[in-house]
Parts: sequence; structure tokens; C-alpha cells
Amino acid sequence: MKTLEELMALRDAAKANMTTRDDSSEVIRIVVGMATCGIAAGARPVMAKFVDEAAKRGLKNVTVAQTGCIGMCRFEPIAEVLVPGKEKVTYVQLTEEKVAKIVADHIVNGVPVTEYTIGAVTE
Amino acid sequence: MRELSLNVLDIAQNSVSANASLIEIELSENTSDKELLISVSDNGKGMTPEQVENVRDPFFTTRTTRKVGMGIPLFRFAAEMTGGRLEIESEVGVGTRVRAYFKTDHLDFTPVGDMTSTMISLITMNLHIDFVYKRKLDDKQFTVDTRQLKEILGDVPLNEQSIAMWIQQYINENSKQLTEV
Ligand SMILES: Nc1ncnc2c1ncn2[C@@H]1O[C@H](COP(=O)(O)OP(=O)(O)OP(=O)(O)O)[C@@H](O)[C@H]1O
Ligand code: FES
Ligand SMILES: [Mg+2]
Repeated sequence: MKTLEELMALRDAAKANMTTRDDSSEVIRIVVGMATCGIAAGARPVMAKFVDEAAKRGLKNVTVAQTGCIGMCRFEPIAEVLVPGKEKVTYVQLTEEKVAKIVADHIVNGVPVTEYTIGAVTE
Repeated sequence: MRELSLNVLDIAQNSVSANASLIEIELSENTSDKELLISVSDNGKGMTPEQVENVRDPFFTTRTTRKVGMGIPLFRFAAEMTGGRLEIESEVGVGTRVRAYFKTDHLDFTPVGDMTSTMISLITMNLHIDFVYKRKLDDKQFTVDTRQLKEILGDVPLNEQSIAMWIQQYINENSKQLTEV
């Protein structure tokens, strides 16, 4: 069973490991739409996958946040990726598999996955 | 929604939007009455009695300027489909409590699903809000209170990976224990 003692040990380890965050102007923001329609379409596992992938790769300069209605119900789950100095990229109809590719290609290597973007779907 | 835990996530998002600083989520099941109560309460900005009526029955109002919210009607429908009901109590400046009662033996009862993911998502995405998660099964129960966790953690955030994983396992283990005899 998980114990509070264990939590204290994790806290101490985390404190020792706390690296100074990268300059906030360099932080990549991922925002997932979590309105009713987003949640119904699968936003919860999509958001969790972004968090997992970022953690697995040790990406310290990435934050995952939620927002409400993005205004495009039929394209949910939707996420926006905001890289400082670049134009916002909106990904639609996300799945966990798509998220893995977006993190690998776009977040890590800086190459947006064009075929998953809103532009590709509405063409 | 495929699982009630998704409705809970959605209803709790309303509390987040209402600027709550404390959100309490309780699932309480009584196996002899075959009844499940899901309660989400907050200390957010609250609603007037007229707002509460509009929210329950958005399609009967004359409101045309604003989009119609779907969250509460969906939750209400999920409860009423089983022969249950939904209640909203709210007071401006005090807070809101949404309670849904389900008949668990009804054919149209939606499974509760992955409540742990719902709680982890709420807790790690809203670090400034405190959450109390209570789960009851007949006379057994367990509670997680992020205020207690924060006291232990000090300035280490709840969304730190190792901490979030601990919370996830803690909730999972306790939920399992509840259902095991
Ligand atoms: N806990 C709460 N505190 C204050 N106001 C609330 C609360 N829950 C609901 N409301 C009010 O009721 C409205 C309807 O809620 P509902 O969840 O049905 O739809 P919504 O949140 O507006 O949109 P969505 O379809 O994305 O859920 C909200 O917009 C809000 O004004
Ligand atoms: S209600 Fe669907 S995107 Fe806003
Ligand atoms: Mg809502």
C-alpha cells in the first residue's frame, strides 16, 4: 500500500532534483480543449498522453494546460501547440497515437505534423 | 458520455470555471438499495434561482444570445435514464452542489469507469484548487484531501511526475480495497 511516508520520501527526492526551469520565454505550451464536447470525444486520455510523453522524454520546457470551448465541436479532441516565436498549430480529432507522434515530431524536433492539423482536415 | 467519470470531470470543470477554491467530489454506493449518489460541490461564485432553472432545462428557456450548455443536461439525462434524478443547490457567493442519483441495477446505468483518471486530471491541472475525493461503498469509505497532501509536499507541486504517480496509485489501491471484501 502507498503510504504517506513514501510520499515524504518522494518529496525529498523531488526537491533534490528540482532543476531551475528553462526561461519561461522558451516554454512550449500545449493547451487541450476540455469543454463537454471535448471530454465526450476523448480529451481526458489525450491530455494524459501529452503529460506522459513529456514526462517520459524528460521535457522540462513543456507545459500542458486545459481550456474550455475552442468552438469546433466536430473536430474534438483538439489541442493547440504554442512554440515561442512560431505560429500556433491547432491539432484536431486527436488520439493517443497521434499525440505520441506530435510530441516526437513537433515538440522534440520542431516539425509540425501537418496531416493532423485543422488545415489538413478542412481542406 | 461513455463513463460517468467523464460526466464528473465535466461537472467539476463548471466548478473550476466558477472560480472555486475547494471542490468536493463524492461517490457513494449503497448495494442493498442499488443506488449510487454522485455529488460535486464547490465554493465558487454560485447561481441565482433563475440560473439554476435555466441550467436544468436549457431548451425551455427563451435565451438566444448565449450558447446552450450541455454538461448538466447530459448528466441529468444519464441519471434519469436509470430512474434516478439530478438536484442542484446553489447560492450566489456561497457555492453550488450538484447531486445525481442513479439506480445501479437499471439496464441503462452507465458504468462509473475510470474515476482515478478524472481525479488526477483535475488535481494536476488545477494546482490552485483544493480537492476532496470521497468514495463510499455501504459502510466502507476512503477520502483523499489535497490539502493534506500539500501540507506534506510544501513547495513541491502535485503535478511533479513522481508525486502525480503516487497519488494515482494511492487512489487506485484505495478504490480496489473498497470493492474487495
Ligand atoms: N458549479 C457551478 N457554479 C456556478 N455556475 C455554474 C456551475 N455549474 C454550472 N453553472 C452555470 O450553468 C451553466 C451551464 O452549465 P453546463 O455545464 O450545462 O454548460 P456549460 O458549462 O456552459 O457548457 P458545456 O456544454 O461546455 O458544459 C454554466 O455556463 C454556468 O453558467
Ligand atoms: S461546445 Fe464543442 S467546441 Fe465548444
Ligand atoms: Mg459545463
